[in-house]
Amino acid sequence: MSARITNNIDKKAEPSSTDEFIKGLWRENPVFVQVLGMCPVLAVSNTAQNALAMGLATAFVLLMSNILVASLRNFIPKQVRIASFILIIATFVTIVDYAIQAISVDLHKNLGAFISLIVVNCLILSRAEAFASKNTIGKSIMDALGMGVGFVLALFCLGAVRELLGNGSLFDVAIFPESFQEWIIMILPAGGFFTLALWLIVFNYFKVKKAKG
Amino acid sequence: MNTESYWSIFINASLVNNFVLAYFLGICPFLGVSGKMETATKMGGAVTFVMLISSICAYGIHALLVAIDAPFLQLISYIVVIASTVQLVEMFIKKMSPTLFRALGIFLPLITTNCAILGLALFQTNKAYSLSQSLVYALGAGIGFTLALILMAGIREQLEFAEVPDVVKGTALTLLVAGILSLTFMGFSGLGT
Amino acid sequence: MNADPSVSSQSNSSEESKKMLIAMVSIGIFCALLIVLVYEGTKERIDRLRTEALEKAVFKVLPGISNTRMFLLGTDGNFTPAEAPDGKNPVVYAGYDDAGEFLGVAIEASGQGYADVIRILYGYNPHSQTIMGFYVLESKETPGLGDKIEKDEIFLANFKALSVKLDPESTRIQNKVIPVKQGGKSNPWEVEGITGATISSRAIGNIIGENSSVMVPLIYNQIGRFKEYAQNNFSKQ
Repeated sequence: MSARITNNIDKKAEPSSTDEFIKGLWRENPVFVQVLGMCPVLAVSNTAQNALAMGLATAFVLLMSNILVASLRNFIPKQVRIASFILIIATFVTIVDYAIQAISVDLHKNLGAFISLIVVNCLILSRAEAFASKNTIGKSIMDALGMGVGFVLALFCLGAVRELLGNGSLFDVAIFPESFQEWIIMILPAGGFFTLALWLIVFNYFKVKKAKG
Repeated sequence: MNTESYWSIFINASLVNNFVLAYFLGICPFLGVSGKMETATKMGGAVTFVMLISSICAYGIHALLVAIDAPFLQLISYIVVIASTVQLVEMFIKKMSPTLFRALGIFLPLITTNCAILGLALFQTNKAYSLSQSLVYALGAGIGFTLALILMAGIREQLEFAEVPDVVKGTALTLLVAGILSLTFMGFSGLGT
Repeated sequence: MNADPSVSSQSNSSEESKKMLIAMVSIGIFCALLIVLVYEGTKERIDRLRTEALEKAVFKVLPGISNTRMFLLGTDGNFTPAEAPDGKNPVVYAGYDDAGEFLGVAIEASGQGYADVIRILYGYNPHSQTIMGFYVLESKETPGLGDKIEKDEIFLANFKALSVKLDPESTRIQNKVIPVKQGGKSNPWEVEGITGATISSRAIGNIIGENSSVMVPLIYNQIGRFKEYAQNNFSKQ
């Protein structure tokens, strides 16, 4: 995971807060452009609901850890910064874990151990290290919101496609007529790989087209 | 208490529920270092090694947390203890066997925070395995990870000579191959009964 | 994950390590406080939701009951009422109707399925000596194929009156529950499988077969204990 951390140091001189927000949605979308933080999330993107819940949980941890890291950035010595970041992230993940259990036992059962695995989501640590530890609280909040919303959107795109084709429904509401033959493969793990690959191809297509003018 | 047989645990962890291809754990190193056969093999070895160590750590921590009735500290203590233990082991290997260190060393810090390692610790706790069952589980998971990595590396080495459309090149292609591998591994389902 | 110690400058090293220590300890204390607060705040609700979910499952496998009570099977082979599972001994749930009449027992069982371990709850009626139904608590069976065990009408019909009759001495089940092929059911103790979900449906049959051959004789011979509990705790109307 550490290999990708340095990839996204911001190049522009003085981007505004709005820029920090927008970049996460499209230009630096954490999933489709940076392919970050996929490990713990692909497994639970088999339905739109699971994907959305997982995305929101991750975004919440990202926001809180960014706020705390940014506000403590002058207090934490350089040598122990990564250890402190992980401590902070693990705290908020534990909190989210209990919050989800308190909201719905069924949802918690569906997501299982994968909530705890948000801790090792490369995205969160990389934002703490590459952005929040160097910027003001305000900017870090915007950065986390942008990346978080981008992440939720991306996960939702994955989950929605998989549920729609694999189960003929969206949020458990049947979309296709009864006669629709479900593509069971889409709900299987293999479907997760294929769906992500297809979305990457779509993004690549726009990139290649733009590069050619 | 879990009465699963060692054989069933091993087959399930390595083939049926392969960490990479069924649980999507350890995707980052899977995509990152599966380009070359040699690196893939070494990485697999390092992961298996760290898995065995963290499996023991996780078993100990869990027993301790149950004793002091503090389940809410599970996640934090897992990640901190596993990371520091691996750090210690790394220093130990560096001193004892420089050859082994050169082979595995550079991968060790990279995989401490790997999802597959923490995932293993969490799953073995959920399944309530005993210490020996946990070790078999860790060994199975590690070998399964190595297998997936080596298969992927072999395919990717061949793919380098293939002509692929521009839009599919890179991560997308690797993911497509991973999807097909994942389908193949589904054929192992039912073996662990 | 830990920063490389060689990065730190050699000068002021004691000053620096003091700062490091203070930072780590204060962050640690802060984090621990936060976690404990959230844990304490949500504990009650989480426990309630969990009990509710389990009760819902017990009510499903024991139709007609209105009250349920947890019993633990001790190492001496005796059932005793309990507040919470202790994580070691097998748990069963006794079901009682409005009048406090003992109707049956819901038993937790698990075994290897197609993809992963399947955990189920099944209902046992000692009066008719049959299994009344089962409910999947946890399964990762293939969607659309293996998960038919939860939906397939014909398969579920197996468990309307599955015989687990004991032999005349009441020490063991006369005919152990066994899985058979679809369309091959000819005895009341056979579980007819599903084509297309062969392994998953056979797994359910085997889980119930193995578990019931141990639990059913124990429960049958201790009906008195379950009835006694009702007499002491539910007022007859």
